[in-house]
Amino acid sequence: MSGLSLHRKIEENTGLLIFGILFVSAIGGLVQLLPVLNQESLAIATENTRLYSAVELTGRDIYIREGCHVCHTQQVRPLVAELERYGPYSRADEFVYDRPFLWGSKRTGPDLHRIGGKFSDDWHRIHLINPRAVIPNSIMPAYPWLDSTPASATGNITAKLRTLVLLGHPYTEQDMANAESDLAGLTEMQALIAYLQMLGLGYSEEVMQ
Amino acid sequence: MNQSNKTYHDKIVIRLIQFSILWAIAAMLTGVYLSAELVWPTLDFGQFWLSFGRLRPLHTNGIIFGFGVSALMATAFYSVQRTSHTPLFLPGLAWFCCYAWQLLVLTGGLSLLAGFNTAKEYAELEWPFDIAITVIWVCFAIVFFGTVANRKIKPIYISNWFYGALIIVIAMLHIVNNLAIPVSLGKSYSLYAGAKDAMVQWWYGHNAVGFLLTGGFLGMLYYFLPKHAERPIWSYRLSIVAFWAFVYSYIWAGPHHLHYSSIPEWVQSLGMVMSVILLAPSWATMVNGIMTVSTAWEKLRKDPALKFIVLSLAFYGLATFEGPMMSLRSVNVVSHFTDWTIGHVHSGALGWNAMITYGTFYFMVPRLAGRELYSSQLAHLHFWLALAGTMLYIMAMWAAGVSQGLLWLSVDQIGELSFSFKEVMASMAPYYLLRLVAGVIFLFGTVLMAYNLFMTLKGQLPVRVTAPPVNPAFAVAS
Repeated sequence: MSGLSLHRKIEENTGLLIFGILFVSAIGGLVQLLPVLNQESLAIATENTRLYSAVELTGRDIYIREGCHVCHTQQVRPLVAELERYGPYSRADEFVYDRPFLWGSKRTGPDLHRIGGKFSDDWHRIHLINPRAVIPNSIMPAYPWLDSTPASATGNITAKLRTLVLLGHPYTEQDMANAESDLAGLTEMQALIAYLQMLGLGYSEEVMQ
Repeated sequence: MNQSNKTYHDKIVIRLIQFSILWAIAAMLTGVYLSAELVWPTLDFGQFWLSFGRLRPLHTNGIIFGFGVSALMATAFYSVQRTSHTPLFLPGLAWFCCYAWQLLVLTGGLSLLAGFNTAKEYAELEWPFDIAITVIWVCFAIVFFGTVANRKIKPIYISNWFYGALIIVIAMLHIVNNLAIPVSLGKSYSLYAGAKDAMVQWWYGHNAVGFLLTGGFLGMLYYFLPKHAERPIWSYRLSIVAFWAFVYSYIWAGPHHLHYSSIPEWVQSLGMVMSVILLAPSWATMVNGIMTVSTAWEKLRKDPALKFIVLSLAFYGLATFEGPMMSLRSVNVVSHFTDWTIGHVHSGALGWNAMITYGTFYFMVPRLAGRELYSSQLAHLHFWLALAGTMLYIMAMWAAGVSQGLLWLSVDQIGELSFSFKEVMASMAPYYLLRLVAGVIFLFGTVLMAYNLFMTLKGQLPVRVTAPPVNPAFAVAS
């Protein structure tokens, strides 16, 4: 049977065509995804892995809601210029509790994976209320509403922690019991800054050497 | 079987074209606004719903799911009836697909402005919308494959293979990538974390481009180009080889979005190699298309619809060459994270997707309305505006992207960074302004088309077309 007559069978049978497309398109995904999804080293927490506190997790969800990842990456590449500009390159074990991942695809603004501790909380607050107050040429949007919205308005934090426990994040009953009171009195601005200030800080220098 | 049962369902095609154009204008207007915000950052007036981070997914989702999918449904419904010599299977379900999809795009868009966002590119909509997409998509599959199964002609025509691949593969990608555990109606956490999440997302993200914006639109190409040039496809064998090579190899290319990241190195390299291999089926299709019109060049002179389709093929060739080049690690080190990527996307989205869609709309609407196009001159003007807008856009972004990439990496003799991030960012202003101008030009052309097609359809009842008799040599035995 020649190739063309084999193909005639496929192109004259709707079911065969559907099956053929599904089978042929699935191969690449199976070969690439299955080994990676089963690779334990990508999912094991190390001393580089930080479990987000209730406040930091809330800040992270605000970061997602406002689309910060649209213009800021969180993925320092192992290149001389990037090590110098941002700090140690990003490792897989730092992202074990990142759901979703926030590596981004575009650097309209700088990478933020090592931003923690580089600026003061006050600087971040002024910058987020009006970026041009501290960086004259900045094209970043302003986020004034974060300063007047309570962090608890971001969503039910206890329910979030419970969902993450289902997914294997090691929050304790204590963490969940305290979550709401941890957020009490904080604004969304404070939660977001708490998140920004912990980015990259979990990274232990010894592991690098 | 009585006569009316053989009449093609074309009203739904007209309605989908109208929605598609509506979303095109809305989403391109959003794009123009976004590009203006990058020049004048206070244009959001401190309003959360006008903020760049929320408008950007509205722009991308509006183009892909509003403009793109509506156009794909319209052209799939139009061509599958004609290539199968039978009316749509379950037309009621087809109408449900049409309106449910528009409702989904509208409400989904509003949810993005409200800040419900999974952060996964082109899959930003939260889980209730993901379930709705799955349901509508299954209905789309039933209508499409039901019509193919009912065909009166033995072979399934090539365009239907591509629409079929669009439906099947997008369903697979959508379901796997969006698996998540809901916290509330508007919030969920991905089933995958960190590097694994990145792998799954770019397997989805790259192939949403592959099978929706490439595969689906190749379905358009394989029906409308030969139809319009009044020539058969140049090589049937080449289209068979190109189709299966495309379906097989596209899916491997996702990891080139993750070069120098913490996913395993072998996956990055494999993704890169397969991206280069992908050039072969992409260009095979381009060659097949160009050879098909090669004896009909004179038609290009007076036919704006064919002009659009042939030009879209050229941009298809450009974008499918540029993509594999950008997937090479040594090029990617410069292009990654820069505006070059944005330029690449737009040479595909404006040059290929929008242009071929415009070509098919200019082809279909006069036939559906049973009268000549309202103004051929306006359509020619639209053609030049679209070409000028696209070229200006991608050249501005090439210049911006290459200089960003090189300036970021630049270090002096003692290894100190040559430029601060702020300096590089500030130097982008002229390019961003040019891009805004380019976007306005392209959008203006689209508005001209909307007016032209509106006037063509105005007051007309859809032409009733019945299935022609089938050559007995190819007829399905009944």
